[in-house]
Amino acid sequence: MQQILNFVIKNKTFLLFLLLFSIALGLTIQSHSYHRSKFINSANALTGGVYGTVNSVDQYFHLKTENELLAEENKRLREQLLIREASLDSSFVDTTYAEGRYKITIAQVFKNSYSLPNNYLTLNKGKNDSIKQDFGVINSNGIIGIIDNTSKNYSTVLSILNRRSRINAKIKSSNHIGSLTWNGESPIYVQLEDVSQFAPIKVGDTIQTGGESTIFPKGIGIGTIDSFETDISGDTYIIEVKLFNDMTNLGTVYILENLDRAEILSLENDGNE
Amino acid sequence: MNNIAGSNIIRFIILLLVQVVICNHINFFGYVNPYIYIIFIFLFPIREERLILLIVSFMLGLLVDVFSDSGGVHAAAAVSLAYIRPVLLKSSYGMLYEHQSIKFNSTDIGSLITYISLGTVIHHFIMFSLETFNITHILLVLKKTLFSSIFTIILSVLIIILFSRKRK
Repeated sequence: MQQILNFVIKNKTFLLFLLLFSIALGLTIQSHSYHRSKFINSANALTGGVYGTVNSVDQYFHLKTENELLAEENKRLREQLLIREASLDSSFVDTTYAEGRYKITIAQVFKNSYSLPNNYLTLNKGKNDSIKQDFGVINSNGIIGIIDNTSKNYSTVLSILNRRSRINAKIKSSNHIGSLTWNGESPIYVQLEDVSQFAPIKVGDTIQTGGESTIFPKGIGIGTIDSFETDISGDTYIIEVKLFNDMTNLGTVYILENLDRAEILSLENDGNE
Repeated sequence: MNNIAGSNIIRFIILLLVQVVICNHINFFGYVNPYIYIIFIFLFPIREERLILLIVSFMLGLLVDVFSDSGGVHAAAAVSLAYIRPVLLKSSYGMLYEHQSIKFNSTDIGSLITYISLGTVIHHFIMFSLETFNITHILLVLKKTLFSSIFTIILSVLIIILFSRKRK
């Protein structure tokens, strides 16, 4: 006993270092698995408060671009409304609008990052606004990511610029699906993997969400095809997608809640049993 | 004694805020950021107990991690830097360290630059290795370490020189 105590006292610096280093290493490893970064994330009152203060100053510098984006979106929505009214007049009902029911919450980006291998955003809406894990996040240009962690008033978003992000997507012109990933290199490009060799691919084609997941509705824009190559196995394409969104400049975003999600998930679970 | 503790607490808070509010968002060339919060570890009083430095460094790193959603990479790197600090001091200041008489604002700039450069490169290498967490991307890690280190070293030396002159 005496010897053990002596050993501990003699090497106390090294032992403390070892302890702290392994805690940090544990947190790191934990953060590298999807949906596990529970303890160390920026969805808490302290970080939210600091980022909120900075954001309220920072917003003034982006008012102009933000206004332009909103004006553009207004224009597009008005156009859609006109088309819809016209189609209603001709007693033709467009059924695509009735496909899913989504509740939209508007949020501000408090923290944005795009230069790390795994990027997260922090938003100013949380549990109090009934935001939960796995809600989709988009803005007027296209998709941004999926809600990862939430606290009372803040939430973090697993950005599409994150190597753990996998989102179902398809080519607009055909119905071939793939999964959207990021190789961690450029914030302008993401990769669409596992696209079948049968798919007709043209540079410049639009990529949009596939609607197979319960997170995003079908047809949200992602980007255009910049280049493509055949996978090593030779069966699938890897497509380089140029994003519509400028991920380095995000202000207002929309959080999407699929109101049918619970129903769909329980149905799928019943099927699996 | 109280004065030293107070100035260290203020330095801790200021460096943390500057790091998370400004330096984390510089993204020079798309990915190069300086990590100046390690100045705190460099300037921590030498006569102070090493255990305290380890614990405080861990907390500083962890807080930076919380702000940047990076798991525990900054905490791990900061603790490592705090642990090997005596070795760095000995190798760059030599005899002065043995006599426990280093004053960072009065000794020659050469030793200071050696000390900060060694520490920064080690800290950045550990941090980027853990952040990337993939042995096949070792070149990316080295590239990031190189560019970010240059940025951090220049900024750190400038900050230390500027603020130490003023205090005198």
